[in-house]
Amino acid sequence: MVEPCGTAALRVLRRGNVGAGQIPSVEEKVESSVKPAISEPAPQMFEIRWHGRGGQGAVTAAKILADAAFRSGFAGVASAPSFGSERRGAPITASTRLSSAPVRLHSQVSEPDIVIVLDDTLLGVANAARGLRPGGVLIVNTARPASALEVPGNVRVVTADVSAAAQAAGLVVAGAPMVNTAILGTFAAATGLVSMERLRDAIAASFPGPAAKKNYEAAVIAHDATRA
Amino acid sequence: MGTSNCGHEIAMSSPSAGEAGMTRDWRTERPDLAPELCLAVRQGKEACQLCWVYCPDVCVARGVPPVLDLTYCKGCGICAEVCPTDAIRMVPDDRGPSLPEVVRS
Amino acid sequence: MSATDSVVITGNEAAAIAVRLAGVQVVAAYPITPQSPVVETLSKWVDSGELRAELVRVESEHSALTVCIAAATVGARVFTATSANGLAYMNEQIWWAGGARLPVVMACVNRALAAPWNVLNDQQDSMSVRDAGWVQIYCRDNQEILDSLVQAYAIAERVQLPVMVCYDGFLLSHTSMPVSVPAAEAVQAFLPRRPPLPIVDLDRPRNIGQVTFADPRADAAGQLCHGYMELRALHQEALEGALEVIPQVGEAFGAQFGREGGGLVWSHLLEGAEVAFVAAGSVGSELTVAAEILRAEGVRAGVLGLRAYRPFPAQAVREALAGKDLVVVVDKAMSYGYEGPICSDVRAALLGSASPPAVFGTVTGLGGREVDTRQLVEAAQRALGDFRAGVRVRRADWINLKLREPA
Repeated sequence: MVEPCGTAALRVLRRGNVGAGQIPSVEEKVESSVKPAISEPAPQMFEIRWHGRGGQGAVTAAKILADAAFRSGFAGVASAPSFGSERRGAPITASTRLSSAPVRLHSQVSEPDIVIVLDDTLLGVANAARGLRPGGVLIVNTARPASALEVPGNVRVVTADVSAAAQAAGLVVAGAPMVNTAILGTFAAATGLVSMERLRDAIAASFPGPAAKKNYEAAVIAHDATRA
Repeated sequence: MGTSNCGHEIAMSSPSAGEAGMTRDWRTERPDLAPELCLAVRQGKEACQLCWVYCPDVCVARGVPPVLDLTYCKGCGICAEVCPTDAIRMVPDDRGPSLPEVVRS
Repeated sequence: MSATDSVVITGNEAAAIAVRLAGVQVVAAYPITPQSPVVETLSKWVDSGELRAELVRVESEHSALTVCIAAATVGARVFTATSANGLAYMNEQIWWAGGARLPVVMACVNRALAAPWNVLNDQQDSMSVRDAGWVQIYCRDNQEILDSLVQAYAIAERVQLPVMVCYDGFLLSHTSMPVSVPAAEAVQAFLPRRPPLPIVDLDRPRNIGQVTFADPRADAAGQLCHGYMELRALHQEALEGALEVIPQVGEAFGAQFGREGGGLVWSHLLEGAEVAFVAAGSVGSELTVAAEILRAEGVRAGVLGLRAYRPFPAQAVREALAGKDLVVVVDKAMSYGYEGPICSDVRAALLGSASPPAVFGTVTGLGGREVDTRQLVEAAQRALGDFRAGVRVRRADWINLKLREPA
């Protein structure tokens, strides 16, 4: 049940091809003070933090991503909302961990490899980039160019107008575009950690037929509109 | 001699006559039924029967009028309380030879 | 594990699925964060017909457990779930279900107790009723939630005791992770109907749960019947018997479903350890990571996890911790006025050993305070430092407390 591996503490940001799409140029980072207790390949874990506002569906997206990653072959996935009472419009976070071994951590992600921001106003308001590891990826739903966003250096910024993608696919609820599933297309394009095929399967498992189709369409549009 | 022979693992008992002992000895009053006031008698059928419904010790049998068996009656007075026509009154009880002399007088 | 037989679901979803698979007949529960999604899901399935059960709407947790008590008394398979103040609200009925030896199964989604109000995780709620005579099982992850709830019915119906399956609110209840879901037919085969203690029998009407005196008393047939103390002794014996039944059911589960069902305790890197963490619940997972970090830093650390907390597996604890120098207990609750409940129980159990290890308590995660692997590592290092300096008795270390500025 629990992987007997001594290297959960060994944080390695992966190089190389995982699936279709672009590959992040992240630096390999090893905690130099930690030596593996057991000589096995290090489980590779990606920690992802989501920033959204209550009602935007960040928690659902985080779960769909975990599902898509699991279907893609990540043996360990875990996805959780920030815990506590929430209300529509208030900033919330969610955490997703993807690993080649079962995930044994339950704490919120504080030093993410990847940050996903559903609403670009949260960059300032929620300090969305806090803790992002050097060489990490910041994915933002915005119509603005990356240079206009105030983000720290040594962070790879990926943007897409996901709101427009959602709108183009007809995903509008109470006048606002639902960007949560669409931004998963941008995630796939930016990181290559999940394929669009697996994403489609995960979306289909979360929504009834016609809704699943629309959500996936929005993800495809966002994927294609991703600006690295 | 242990209790494990009783065969139960939870608090359980079967209703049976005299299970709590000679409860007639507890009473200082007993019920007295006046048939001419009883609703069942006046209607000529098994009407009302509330004394039978409410007696906690199964001392009343259904009937016209209901039949009181005072073997285990502990004199609680509920039958008198619920009778809608006051056909039942509680009267001082003569418990017979077991009554101490001082109370007899 | 392939992606085809597992689904990525929350702990609450796993619990609801287990209840559906177990063919529960009566569900009565009152919503409370973080348990609500369990009952909402069951309610949806009752409505759709996927769960053929009677869902009884009640106005309180006290009534919820009362409905379960009544239904279990007539032989139905029942389920309820609650947390924190909801558990507190049903307190007298928890004691009733235990003493009445009813095979009620409850999911306790661990949450902090008020005052003050807090909806987040710690283990105070289930710990506060550990004396009431239920079996208590703590889950490490969502797979264990599903598997333990299924096994709970087998355990409950075999030993005639209520079973509380505890899992951490939010950390597991609202966190999605892969869970292998067994087929309904396989679960039904694993959980044959067992006749309940003979209770309601129209041919032999009986009084149940009547006032019981201090002393044994002969019934009308002259048979000497239990006094209160005899009934409680039988209750205790049943719980001690559960120490064997729990692993047996775990083994049978493993044989049926092809993965470990779980026993009384689990361990990680305990072999040759000089310092052992002990804990129950999801913090156990974090502790396995902490133990690996410590090992990499040259400290021989290991973890003993308590899956069954009641009955307390004292013998298993003694055997697992034999030869260790130091035990660091990680409690997510307090017995206020003294120390963490698991800490007291572990230390007491170890006093029966030949050379008992020192036992230091730590308190973590109260009211949802973040539990961080690094902090657990540092807590162990502090404990070892104290131990090597000759300390054998010390006040519990409240991890990540921010009450006072560091010196």
